[in-house]
Amino acid sequence: MSAATKIQLNVNGANLTVNAPPMKRLLDVLREDLHLTGTKEGCGEGECGSCSIRMNGDLVNSCLVPVLQAANTKIETVEGLACDGVLHPLQQAFLQCGGAQCGICTPGMLMAAKHLLVHNPHPTITEIREGLAGNLCRCTGFMRIFESVLSAATSTTQETHAR
Amino acid sequence: MSTLAKNRIVGTSVPRKEGVDKLRGTARYVDDIQREGMWHGATVRSAVPRGLIRSIGFDGKIDWSEFTVVTAADIPGENHIQMIVTDQPCLADGQVNHCEEAILLIAHPDKHKVREAANAVHVEYELMPPVFTVEESEKQQTVIWGADNCFKNFQLDKGDVDSAWSHAAHIVEGEYRTGAQEHLYIENNGVIAEYSAEIGVTVWGSLQCPFYVHKSLLAVFNLPPEKVHVVQTETGGAFGGKEDYPSVIASHAALLAMKCGHPVKMVYDRIEDLAATTKRHPSRVRHRTALDANGKLLAMEIDIATDGGAYSTLSSTVLSRATLHSPGPYVCPNVRIRSHAWATNTVPYGAFRGFGAPQTVFAVERHMDEIAAVIGIDPVELRRRNFIHQGETTATEQLMREPVILNKLLDRALAESNYYAMRAQFAKDNASRAIKRGMGIAAFYHGSGFTGSGERYLNSLAGIDVTADRKVRVLVSSTEFGQGTNTVLTQVAAESLGLDYDDVVMAPPDTGIVPNSGPTVASRTAMVIGRLIERASQQLLFTLHEQAGLPEQFSRQQFFSACEQLRKTAGEVVSLCRYEAPPGIFWDDQKYRGEAYPAFAWSVHVAQVAVDTITYSAEVEEFWSTQEAGRIIHPVLATGQIEGGIAQGIGYALYEKVVLQNGRMANNQMTNYIMPTAEDVPPIHVFWEELPFEHGGFGAKGIGELPHDGPAPAILNAIRDAIGVSFNSIPLLPEDLFAKLSVERKVEEPATV
Repeated sequence: MSAATKIQLNVNGANLTVNAPPMKRLLDVLREDLHLTGTKEGCGEGECGSCSIRMNGDLVNSCLVPVLQAANTKIETVEGLACDGVLHPLQQAFLQCGGAQCGICTPGMLMAAKHLLVHNPHPTITEIREGLAGNLCRCTGFMRIFESVLSAATSTTQETHAR
Repeated sequence: MSTLAKNRIVGTSVPRKEGVDKLRGTARYVDDIQREGMWHGATVRSAVPRGLIRSIGFDGKIDWSEFTVVTAADIPGENHIQMIVTDQPCLADGQVNHCEEAILLIAHPDKHKVREAANAVHVEYELMPPVFTVEESEKQQTVIWGADNCFKNFQLDKGDVDSAWSHAAHIVEGEYRTGAQEHLYIENNGVIAEYSAEIGVTVWGSLQCPFYVHKSLLAVFNLPPEKVHVVQTETGGAFGGKEDYPSVIASHAALLAMKCGHPVKMVYDRIEDLAATTKRHPSRVRHRTALDANGKLLAMEIDIATDGGAYSTLSSTVLSRATLHSPGPYVCPNVRIRSHAWATNTVPYGAFRGFGAPQTVFAVERHMDEIAAVIGIDPVELRRRNFIHQGETTATEQLMREPVILNKLLDRALAESNYYAMRAQFAKDNASRAIKRGMGIAAFYHGSGFTGSGERYLNSLAGIDVTADRKVRVLVSSTEFGQGTNTVLTQVAAESLGLDYDDVVMAPPDTGIVPNSGPTVASRTAMVIGRLIERASQQLLFTLHEQAGLPEQFSRQQFFSACEQLRKTAGEVVSLCRYEAPPGIFWDDQKYRGEAYPAFAWSVHVAQVAVDTITYSAEVEEFWSTQEAGRIIHPVLATGQIEGGIAQGIGYALYEKVVLQNGRMANNQMTNYIMPTAEDVPPIHVFWEELPFEHGGFGAKGIGELPHDGPAPAILNAIRDAIGVSFNSIPLLPEDLFAKLSVERKVEEPATV
């Protein structure tokens, strides 16, 4: 891998500089350089969505993003969802509705769900299915996840999701 | 008795014990953990299905002095993985028997360099003739395992099958096949290992059964039990895929750690995990069934063959469960079952949710619909006429002591799905539509806990202790990998002790801390281990009443004060219980007869499918499941188990195909091994009937595996209902539908486009 270079990132509201090879995967920079291990690797080829994060408001698979491409962007990961120790409404809903089982897809699923609700605060079941179609869960059969997202959507406002 | 009311916690959906950590992203899975000075390991694997290793060459472009290399010669103990028999080497020594078999291990501080180095090892082979299918293996012309290629066989005889054929009104035969299935846990197999002469071997890993790994490491390292520690880390799905394989990867990482003197992490990427680790056993099941004029079963002759892969792993016990579930939930006076698990030169097949039952339940439940069609009665009615009832005996002559409520489950499933009205409507609509719809059912049981004498042999020990900082800890080697072990067992302890849910925690899943409560498999945890925790809790209360002055009615404060009192006199506050079989349960291993399972969970599935006769795609539009699995400890978790199992079963039926080339998985990526997504899984409706089982934790029976047994036959029965064509093999992909329907269409409808 090529020589390390300094790259500026804004991660969960904090401005950070990492010294990493430009082609290093954003996923590895988050996990190894920034120790934000909430973002998971499931397949390494953008199929499973476990590494989903938001980058400048786009939902991306961080295993497919070279860190150089993320330079000077605003990154949101699962670690940024809870605010002052209070769970995000989506986290609360997943906890209550059984939306997380083994938990390995959960961080990516939460980011995809957040992305959905930012753009569509009151989605139908069909829209939830479409919104989460890029995130594989092998445990739940998705039913509890849909219920979690619906529950979070009905309990909160758009501003909360945009938080 | 506590001052709090009974069942404040059991039967309620408290938050998952480790839920907040998982939702915050702070739960620590093995790849999230770093150890000081940690190196990374990689595996050099066989490129051929069978052959002698002639040479191993190390490419000169690599500076090998930076690397640690481990071969079979470095193994201090025995070169095998401890499962039921010891045929599988830890590292190939002179011969390989399947593609991807581990030959050599490499470690280096840089995880990228270790991969490059693994690719720079060149192994040369003298090829030997391979066997890839059950059909080749059972011919025994090429013998690749033992004397006859057969890992295990069972014979089960009830009554006199041979005398039944002559007076049967109907004889129906069928052959049914199921493919391999990948677990596709989203977290791949992975471990970290450390070694020191003083402490011995320590392994942290993503695994189901800490003491299985412990046992394997003892043999590989020739160490006493106290010199091996296995710690389960947060585990991102397992489904049986982390029952046997962690013993392999843990041994590998620990060998590297011993030789290089550093902690070594081995975490497979998806491509390696799919190619090299276990899958569900493929199967071929043949049925020959005799019925009287009223559609009552007279005789069932069942022949089962499973593909076990290159080494025996768990094939014998998978075959046993397959055999015991093959007659379905029916009573039949004459039954003969012959079953064999055969060796092939493919990656060994292993445990997967259902453990043989989904294969044989597919066969019998598909076969029941074929019988119904032949003799001209409704498939629902055929099942009703033959359901087993309380007081009747199974094929192993196990008396059904508990109530069997199959008819109630069936009635509920039919009512909730509006089965008859929907079928009638579809039958009317299908004639004029390209998308044809149908309804299909499956009825089945799943035996809870280990098969036969298994629970007696396991002799599980489990219990609780109370720490000085006023926490009750559940002491078990039963692990959490999403299914809810932590939550359910702490619910049971809190309920039994009259405490709050938050007063109870799980002790670390570390073999140095917890007793051996057996493996976390076989739908046994809530029933068997839950019961041990319930008993251990009652035992502790008794001791506190007797020895520490705890009054009959007590507050939380009084409970913990009494614990401190007991600690002063006894030194510790701990209560352990050992498994006791329910009375009157006996299994004869020699005759393969008796009480196959201490309890059965029962279920009926209904699938509504749509088959597009233009695109040849079949999809499940809606799914209903009724089941009785004893007392439900946690409704949300239990329902989540059913939904998740059904989704996996839908994948098994319609999406998931393991393509083998040269005995190696060719589609070992998530791009081309397809599981159902959020857009594919239909609405799933789950309905419970609760009948507490006297010998299960708070009345629980097993849940986890049950839902995987029914979807495939229900779906293929629904496809038959929709288009009138039978498919007896899964997975059933659009190309399979095309192959059969396009031929039939040419024959039947030459003039239409």
